[in-house]
Amino acid sequence: MSHVEESYDVVVIGAGHAGCEAALASARMGLNTICFTVSMDSVALMPCNPNIGGSSKGHLVRELDALGGQMGINIDHTFIQSKMLNSSKGPAVHSLRAQADKSAYSLRMRKTMQETENLTLRQAEVTELIVEDNKVCGVKILSGATYHSKAVIICTGTYLKARCLYGDVIEHCGPNGLKAANHLSDSLLANNVELNRFKTGTPARIDGNSIDYSKMEIQLGDDPVIPFSFSTKREDVQIEQVPCYLTYTNEKTHEIIRANLDRSPMYSGVIEGTGPRYCPSIEDKVVRFADKNRHQLFVEPEGLNTNEMYIGGMSSSMPEDVQYAMYRTVPGLENCKFVRNAYAIEYDCIKATQLKASLEFKDIDGLFAAGQFNGSSGYEEAAAQGIVAGINAALKVQGREPMILDRSNSYIGVLIDDLVTKETKEPYRMMTSRAEYRLLLRQDNADLRLSKIGYEVGLLSKERYDHVVEKERLINEEVARVKEINVGARKEVQALLESYGSIPLSNGIKLVDLIRRPELDYDKLAPIDPERPDLSDEVREEVNIYIKYEGYLTRQEKQVKQFKKLESKVLPQNINYEEIPSLRIEARQKLSKLRPANIGQASRISGVSPADISVLLVYLETFKG
Amino acid sequence: MYQSDTICAIATSLNSSGIGIIRVSGEESLTIVDSIFRGKNKLVDCDTHTIQYGHIYDDNELIDEVLIMIMRAPRSYTTEDTIEIDCHGGILVLKKVLSLLVKAGARIAEPGEFTKRAFLNGRIDLSEAESIMDLISSNSELAMKNSVKQLSGSLKKIIDGLRDSIIYETAYIESGLDDPEHYDLTGYPEELSIKVKELISSVDGLLDSFNSGHILKEGINTLILGKPNAGKSSLLNTLSRRERAIVTDIPGTTRDTLEEQITINGVSLNIIDTAGIRETEDIVEKIGVDKALDCIDDADLILFVIDSSRPIDEADEFIMDKIFDKKVIILLNKSDLDTVISEEDICKKYNKPVISFSSVSLDGLKTLESTITDMFFSGQVKTDDTLYITNSRQAACLSNAKNSLLNVLTSIDNMMPEDFFSIDLMDAYNFLGEITGETIEDDLANKIFSEFCMGK
Repeated sequence: MSHVEESYDVVVIGAGHAGCEAALASARMGLNTICFTVSMDSVALMPCNPNIGGSSKGHLVRELDALGGQMGINIDHTFIQSKMLNSSKGPAVHSLRAQADKSAYSLRMRKTMQETENLTLRQAEVTELIVEDNKVCGVKILSGATYHSKAVIICTGTYLKARCLYGDVIEHCGPNGLKAANHLSDSLLANNVELNRFKTGTPARIDGNSIDYSKMEIQLGDDPVIPFSFSTKREDVQIEQVPCYLTYTNEKTHEIIRANLDRSPMYSGVIEGTGPRYCPSIEDKVVRFADKNRHQLFVEPEGLNTNEMYIGGMSSSMPEDVQYAMYRTVPGLENCKFVRNAYAIEYDCIKATQLKASLEFKDIDGLFAAGQFNGSSGYEEAAAQGIVAGINAALKVQGREPMILDRSNSYIGVLIDDLVTKETKEPYRMMTSRAEYRLLLRQDNADLRLSKIGYEVGLLSKERYDHVVEKERLINEEVARVKEINVGARKEVQALLESYGSIPLSNGIKLVDLIRRPELDYDKLAPIDPERPDLSDEVREEVNIYIKYEGYLTRQEKQVKQFKKLESKVLPQNINYEEIPSLRIEARQKLSKLRPANIGQASRISGVSPADISVLLVYLETFKG
Repeated sequence: MYQSDTICAIATSLNSSGIGIIRVSGEESLTIVDSIFRGKNKLVDCDTHTIQYGHIYDDNELIDEVLIMIMRAPRSYTTEDTIEIDCHGGILVLKKVLSLLVKAGARIAEPGEFTKRAFLNGRIDLSEAESIMDLISSNSELAMKNSVKQLSGSLKKIIDGLRDSIIYETAYIESGLDDPEHYDLTGYPEELSIKVKELISSVDGLLDSFNSGHILKEGINTLILGKPNAGKSSLLNTLSRRERAIVTDIPGTTRDTLEEQITINGVSLNIIDTAGIRETEDIVEKIGVDKALDCIDDADLILFVIDSSRPIDEADEFIMDKIFDKKVIILLNKSDLDTVISEEDICKKYNKPVISFSSVSLDGLKTLESTITDMFFSGQVKTDDTLYITNSRQAACLSNAKNSLLNVLTSIDNMMPEDFFSIDLMDAYNFLGEITGETIEDDLANKIFSEFCMGK
C-alpha cells in the first residue's frame, strides 16, 4: 500500500488561536509550513466567549501584535464593540476588550492563512508523531500519509480525547460538536509525554429574538475606540457598535440549581477533569459562594450574521431541562429559546513543566507545544504561546538561538514561565496580579518593549520597527525637555491650576511636579507650556505615564535589574542534583524533575528555598571550574 | 535578591566590650552608609582603604561616634564595595545602627552570606566550595530553627492574622482589576486607608515588643538557683520590678520555671526562675527540681541565692556542686535579717563573686546590676549570637512591612489608582511572611479564586 509522503520545515497541529499564530509566524519567517485542522470551517474558532482581550488578556494581544502576530489585526477588522477596561485605574491595568463577530473573525483568519506565502492549510486529523532518537521527524495523519518535518508544533487545544457533557449526556466530540482528535494522545504517551485531564465549560447560546432586552441594562462600547494593533490607524476602527446587556440570576435560579445538583455530572463524579476556579460554572458559583444572592450575567452578541446571544456567567453542565428552567428565571430570559445548550468539555493536555521556556519539549528535540494543550485557558493565552512556539520552531530550523521572553519584559514571559515552572493543577488564566513588574508591562508600551525582538527574529517588518524606534526617540526627548522646564506663578498658570481645583503656586515650580499632581496631567498643562512640540496621542500618553509614575517605575526597574542577574545564571542541563548533598531533599527532587534553565527559574520552583539557591550558586562556580 | 543587593551584619561577637564592628557590603554600601553618617567628607568622595571619623545620626538624633573604614571593590573580602563601622556605644547602639542601615536600604545578611559572596566573586579557593555549601545549609537550618523556637504561638498567630487581612484586601483589589465588571472599587480607598492604619498600629505594637525584647528570648540566659525559700522569686520580682512569681513564705512554691526578659544598662537578660532545689518526695515538686537542674547547661549566667539568715546546708552544697564550673554570682539574700553567713567566708569557700542582697530593702541591687554588666562587657559571659541575628532580621522585616504599609497610605493620600496599592500591600505581606518563615507561593491567586467569584 502506498501513502502520500511530503516534506515541510514545520508542521503545526491545530488551527485554533495558538496554531494560527504558530503557523503564520513560522511561514512569515520563511519556513515551509503546513498547518493541520480537523475542520476547515473551524479555523480560529471561538467556541466560548465572543470577545478578545479583557484584563491582562488585552496585554497579551498587544504584545503578540508587537512581535508581529495576527490576533490584534484580525480583531481590529472584525470587532463589533470595544471597551478599554479599568480606564479609571492605573495605566498598568488598562486593558482592551472587544466583542468579536465570531464567524467574521474565523473567516478573516482563514483567509490570512491561505494568503500567506509558505503556508499550507490542510484538513486532516494528525494521529501520530514520528520521533527518532528523541528527535521529532514528522507526523502521520489518519489516512496514513506521512509529513516529514524538522519541527512539529502541537496546538490541539481542547480536542484531544475530548468529550462534552451535560446531565447524563456524554458526546465524544470537541467543542461545538466538532470531531475530537482521539489518536494523538496515545502517540504522546508512547513518547513518554505526561498528560493531564482538564475541564472547562461554556454557557448556552440563546435566540436573540426570544430575549426581552427591556428588562436588562444596556452596555455600550467606548467612543472613540482604541485599536488592538499598533499598526491599525485609529480612524479605521470608529465603527458603529452593537450593544451588550447586563442581567442577573436570582434566588429562584439558585433554588433550581441546588435542587438539581445531584443531576450535574460535576457533582455526581462523572467529570474527571480539573476545572478552573476563575471560570466556574453557575452551579459551582451557587455552591461555593452560597451567600451571594445574585450573579451577574452578560448577554453578548455572537456576530452580525446570527441572532445567537452568549450568556456570559452561566456556563453549566446541568441536564438540558434544568438549564431551561434556570435560564428562564432570569429577567429578560423568561421566554428564552436555546440555540445551543451549555456544556462542559474534558480534554487531554500536558504537564507543561516538560517544556523549556522556548516551548520546546525538554526531552524531544524539535517538538514544540502551545495553547490549551499546555494547560492554559483562553484564546489570548493560546495565541501568545502560539507565536512563541512558531518563532522558536522557525529559529530552531534556521539553526538560531531560541527567543525567550521573560517575566520582566512581557505578560507572555510571565505566562510561559508560570506554565513551565509551576505545576499547574487547573487551566491557567492570565491575571495582572501574576505579573510582578506590571507597572512596566503596560498595554500602551508593548511595542516599546517587544518590537525590537519581533524585528530581530524576522517577523516584524522594518517599517513597523522603524516607527517604534522613532516613537521612542520622541518620548525620550520630550521627557527630557519637560524635566528642564520651570513654571513661575504667572497669572495664566494660577488660572489654569484653579480651573482644575489645584492649589495655586506660591513660588516657581518644575513642570514635572505639576504633572505629578493627581488632579493634573501632561495634556492639561499644555496651555502653560508654549514650547511643547506637536506629538501623537501615543507619544503624549507615554510621556505622561513616565513622568507621573516615575518613582514607581524606577523602583520596578531596580527590581528587574536584580531579577535579570539571576536569570542570566544558566544551570547546565547535565547537573546531577542528587550529588549536591547540601541541597535539601525536596529541593533535590524538584530540581532533578524540572531541570530549570537558570537560577532565577530555580528560585521560583515551589519547594526550593533561598538557602538551596545559595548552595546552587556556590555549586555552579565549581561546576564551571 | 541573592546576589548583589547590599547586606549588613554585626561582624564582631556581641559580648566583647562596648566596641563592635558592623560590616556592609554591596553596590550601594557607600550611599547607604552616607545617608546615616556625618563626617568631614561624604564617603562616596573618599579614597579606598581610608578611615573616616564621624557620627551616626538617626535624623537629627546622635547615635554614636564612629570610625569608618572604606574598602572599595574589588579590594575587599567580598570584592564588593565594603564598609566597616566601628561603633563604641555598646550593644544597643550596634542594634540601632544596624536598624538604621536596614531603613536606609540594606538587608541583614543571610547566614554565611559574606563568605558566600567572597566565594562567588572568586575570593576563596574552589576547594572550599563544599564546606561553604554546608555552612550555608546548616546555618540557615539553624536560623530557621531559632526563629521558630523564638516565635511564640501567639506571635505567629498575630502575624498570620495580619497577613490574612493584607492578602484579603489585595485579593479584593485584584479581583476588581481582573474582573472590573464584577467588583467595583468605588469608595474603596477610604475603607482601605482605615484598615491599613489598623494594620500599622498592630505592626507598631509588635515592633515595640521586639524592641523591648518581651517577645523574643534574646539576651543572656540567666538562671536563678537556690534551695527552697531562699528568695529566688523575690529576686526575680525585684529585677523585673513586677509581681510575676508567686512569692510566699512556704518553701517550694515555684514548682515550674518562670521566665522574664529584662534589660540592665543596655544588656538584655532572659531570666529563668526555678523551683527550689532540694531532695524531695513530692512528685510535682520533683519535676520542677529536675527542670531547674536541666536548665543549668543552657545558662550563660547563674544567680545562686543563699539565705544568709541560715547556715549553709547540704542543699546549698548540692547546688554549688552542680554549678562550680559555670559563671555564677552568689547572692547572700535576706541581708535585712540577722545574717549568720559572711561575704568573706563564702567568697573564700567558692571562689565566686558574692553580693549581700535584700529584696526587701533593695540593698545590693545596684552592685548586682553593675556586676552583671561588667561580666558581660568584659566578655566573661557570652550569649548566643545566632539568636540575636535572627531577632534583628525579624525586627527588620517588621519595620520593612511597616514602611510598605506607610507607602500604601501615601499612595492613597496621593490619590494613586488602586492597582498601586497592591504592590506595597504584597511587599508587606511578604516581609511578614519572612518572619514566620513562609515561602512565597501562589497565595494571591488562590485567595482571589477562593474569596471572590470571578469570570464568565
